[in-house]
Amino acid sequence: MSIMGTRVVRVEDPLLLTTGATYTEDLRSEQLVGALHLTFVRSPLAHARILSVDTEEALAAPGVVAVLTAADFGRPELPPMMPMFNQAMTTPLLATDVVRFVGEPVAVVLTEQAYQGQDAAELVVVDYDTLAPAVDMRDAARDEVLLFPAAGTNTIMTFGSESFDETLFDGCEVVVTQEIHNQRLAAAPMEGRAAAAAPGADGRLTLWLSTQAAAAARGAIAGWLGLDPATIRVITPDVGGGFGAKIGADPDHAVVAAAALAVGRPVRWAETRSENMVAMTHGRAQVNTVTIGGSRDGTVQAYRLDVLQDCGAYPRLGAVLPGLTLLMGPAVYAFPKVEGRARSVVTNTTPISAYRGAGRPEATHAVERALDLFAAEIGMDPAQVRKRNLVPAFSAPHTTATGAVYDTGDYPEALDRALEAAGYDALRAEQAQRRERGDAKQLGIGISVYVEITGSAVGPGNPHEVADIEVHPDGSATVLTGTSPHGQGHATAWAMLASEETGIPIEKIHVKHGDTDAVPDGIGTFGSRSLQQGGAAVRQATQELVELARARAAELLEANVDDIVVDKGRAAVHVAGSPDAALTFAQLAETERLSVRSVFEAPGPTFPFGAHVAVVEVDQQTGKARLQRLIAVDDAGTILNPLLAEGQRHGGYAQGAAQALMEEFTYDAEGNPETSTLATYPFLSATEVPSFELVGMATATPYNTLGAKGVGEAGTIGATPAVHNAVVDAVSHLGVRHLDMPTTPQRVFRAIQQAQKGI
Amino acid sequence: MQVTTTVNGAQRSDEVEDRLLLVHYLREVCDLRATNVGCDTTSCGACTVLLDGESVKSCTVLAVQADGREVSTVEGLAGADGTMHPVQAAFRQEHGLQCGFCTPGMVMASVSLLKDNPSPTEQQVREGLEGNFCRCTGYHNIVKAVLAAAGSGAKA
Amino acid sequence: MIPAPFSYVRATSADHALQLLASSGDDAKLLAGGQSLLPILKLRLARPEVLIDISRLTELSYIRVEGDEVAIGAATRHCDLVDSAELQRDVPLLPHVAALVGDRQIRHRGTFGGSLVHGDPAADLPAAVQALGATLVVQGPGGERRIQANEFFQSYFQTAVGEDELLTEIRVPRLPDAGWAYEKFTRRANDWAIVGVAAVDGRVALVNMGETPLRATATEQALAGGASPAEAARSAADGTAPVEDMHADQDFRRHLAQVLTERALTTVAAGRR
Repeated sequence: MSIMGTRVVRVEDPLLLTTGATYTEDLRSEQLVGALHLTFVRSPLAHARILSVDTEEALAAPGVVAVLTAADFGRPELPPMMPMFNQAMTTPLLATDVVRFVGEPVAVVLTEQAYQGQDAAELVVVDYDTLAPAVDMRDAARDEVLLFPAAGTNTIMTFGSESFDETLFDGCEVVVTQEIHNQRLAAAPMEGRAAAAAPGADGRLTLWLSTQAAAAARGAIAGWLGLDPATIRVITPDVGGGFGAKIGADPDHAVVAAAALAVGRPVRWAETRSENMVAMTHGRAQVNTVTIGGSRDGTVQAYRLDVLQDCGAYPRLGAVLPGLTLLMGPAVYAFPKVEGRARSVVTNTTPISAYRGAGRPEATHAVERALDLFAAEIGMDPAQVRKRNLVPAFSAPHTTATGAVYDTGDYPEALDRALEAAGYDALRAEQAQRRERGDAKQLGIGISVYVEITGSAVGPGNPHEVADIEVHPDGSATVLTGTSPHGQGHATAWAMLASEETGIPIEKIHVKHGDTDAVPDGIGTFGSRSLQQGGAAVRQATQELVELARARAAELLEANVDDIVVDKGRAAVHVAGSPDAALTFAQLAETERLSVRSVFEAPGPTFPFGAHVAVVEVDQQTGKARLQRLIAVDDAGTILNPLLAEGQRHGGYAQGAAQALMEEFTYDAEGNPETSTLATYPFLSATEVPSFELVGMATATPYNTLGAKGVGEAGTIGATPAVHNAVVDAVSHLGVRHLDMPTTPQRVFRAIQQAQKGI
Repeated sequence: MQVTTTVNGAQRSDEVEDRLLLVHYLREVCDLRATNVGCDTTSCGACTVLLDGESVKSCTVLAVQADGREVSTVEGLAGADGTMHPVQAAFRQEHGLQCGFCTPGMVMASVSLLKDNPSPTEQQVREGLEGNFCRCTGYHNIVKAVLAAAGSGAKA
Repeated sequence: MIPAPFSYVRATSADHALQLLASSGDDAKLLAGGQSLLPILKLRLARPEVLIDISRLTELSYIRVEGDEVAIGAATRHCDLVDSAELQRDVPLLPHVAALVGDRQIRHRGTFGGSLVHGDPAADLPAAVQALGATLVVQGPGGERRIQANEFFQSYFQTAVGEDELLTEIRVPRLPDAGWAYEKFTRRANDWAIVGVAAVDGRVALVNMGETPLRATATEQALAGGASPAEAARSAADGTAPVEDMHADQDFRRHLAQVLTERALTTVAAGRR
């Protein structure tokens, strides 16, 4: 019986449940004996000139070995993170003359004991001269306060047409425009950032990093420090979540490495939550202006998306994410005319990078809100409006108005399944009853239909990933993967793939990742790419290993290789019809190593899709919204392990719902963070979400032999607009057309108040 | 100050700094590193352990306050033969963990919850775990796991 | 994050705690459950030189019925309030409110007295003792003082307990037949109240509507004059100047106070048991 598609429980879990994982802070490597503890001194101001840094008192504090500032590093100014960025907006390793966000590192203190670090860091005296900050991205776009005067502008880059087509909405009976905020979120994985660095006697530096992409981290840090990448070994211990904010490395990680090299001793760092909330990259942070036009029968004729992206103080990945937002702008809809443009600007806030979805949730959210606004304007059911405009089912690649090439999809079917599972008509009937009765608690029903892009290529060429597999003489096997799991369960899933082809039980297959000495050219885990490329690579490598074993057996058994068959029950091969003279994979590895290294290359990214229906209850008197149900169809192609895929979906729903209902990272007018602890930044707890209702649908992609698309981000992408639409829907009969996320009680209450005044 | 504790059944005595937090005592002095620190504000529950059988956030207890008391961490939960506690087994069976960082605290909070309420409803499980954050699972499978463990008669 | 250095001293009795307070001066803090104090120390918002641990004083941890009152030791933990059969019978509001403080772990450590002395206007129990008309017993170098709950809270994180004094007991009238209700409005289950309303019979106390928990006196007078819950609730926010924060501005807080008061009073009128 095939193991594929079965609910295999994770091989990782017994360790995680009994002795705990080994995160970077848990490491007790011999190389780290006597490691110094690094504590950052960070800017308390959003924008200021540094007049002086006095380290004298800190140096005299107990246990302090060194206090380092920008002046102690040879290359204080780093090259731009991406070649297309404005060259004048360089990111310093430690702040040199100006600080540009609260949390920017200014100095580091190295102490013998961890507890001495915070004590000493307080004693570093930095004299600042406050500068006016640009906190709101719309203010920053006006270039009145410049973060980088040498650049002459706060704009990092623009996308799309400079000017819009004035005739785009000609002929439309109805045109609706709305500014929609996709608020700033903290990625805030449960484990913050952490690093340990040990300079070796051989001149090499070993770096343990909590990262989603070890090889990229190595390249970045080598570049920032001016080192040959070959002199750095990055090892990825267990990683306590990433959500996109741990792709590659941050300048802070390079500081840890540089500090270790500067003092010639091992150095370790694990950030506090207070530090994490302001200094780890944030996500989202777009203001989108949508315009949608069409006829009163529900047909949309034109759609325009104008994106303003807040990038925070220094250009990071966030600066290029609007490109994805525009690409996915029209999403699942066959709009005849589409146009878009985007602008990325710097502000005196924490830099923006990827956060679960990264550019695609913003696109889906904008268009799904736009459709609801259009439906409200013409007085049509939002489900009907969607059905009228969906791209019909297709099995040959479909090219969109923005140039995206979708692999496979059946959006109408996804929507139908979600509506049916939700009992949509009955929900509308209950909603009508509650409205008629004037209940304090009104029902809201929100829909989203989405398509997203997963497994995009990193750099030039097609998307690809690497895998090695070796069977050992003891019958066990080792898989090396270029992916970098941090909760996704690759150790189990990749073992399933290798077991499927060889018959070696999964308990005997050991999956290793994240060590650049073992896998120097792995890509990592982000963008929902792992199974479709990394898993496909494991499958491909295993199939090649089986071919190698058959060839070797043919030679030993003096048979034709075409006659050699695999006996999975015994993890062996033999001549067809002669099972007694079988050779196990283990035996075939006795005289010569039985191993294969393989690179899987996909023809392109894949486009998972789905439909979500959210049901919320809104207390009209207090404005409080509660998520009652979330019904979700997420078609991610063929599923390898439903247990793992469902887990990814669940987590995505909660994060998506959290954006709609709860989370927002905010600053005051001076650029001071207002939500920099978990007491003020509202993580969801178990009491704020229901159990989710998952609906199955699996449309295979031809882009890999597994038929798999990405699933890691889909739940987030679908859930946010569904829940947001549901909250607006709950109070739409009171005249509310839109309110921004998060839909806090005060916002909902105000929206009702204003709508009532307007009537 | 000198503190004497019983950690996972074994008595020990250590000289500690007065301000040492219980979680750092467990991690650095006792070398039990399963228990994690996830925040600074007593919000996340990743550091949950049992103190005299009751769940507490070990980032908000001083090591000196544990003097003369029993501390239980997730490392002490499985049987001597390595058999997982029913809560641990249920977390695995129901895929109630992903990255694993919240897991030791979540498991200990669940053990404590089931000790006080051996047959909770779904709502009671959700409310009982309100002090433990998970960023990966959306709580769906954690709640399933605790209910499954309750069904299997889990006791601390 | 970790606290700045301090010395830890364990009090062996309430008198010993008072002696330690007297000898340590301004730089000492009492440590009970520590669930409010330790986070403040970790964020280094306070830096006491001495912590006097009173959490082990069994003489301060009890729930006793004494005549018309229930006497509760100040070091009684939230979880013990929740589980107390005496309180469930005689003062049911109190275990109900205690069960909404923080989360289970916090309730296993945090104490009744600690929550009151912390004086956070967003906390639940201070308003509860006001609605109950409780008396707070304080010991100091000059002996014992009894303070009415209305006079106990003075400003943000400021109470009538002097720096050399110790809250030892909370005396709560037995009200087994009174209608009662607690309406706590939060975004998440374990948050502090954005606004809360505690009501017992004709007494109404507000959470987070000012520098201290407050009695809604206009509402109480309206009730005494025979007003309906809806009518009485209209004046619930009269004279209040609540804080403005990310959750609510003043107007919204006042609106919530009215809505929650009406809900609470409707429950009280129905004779909740």
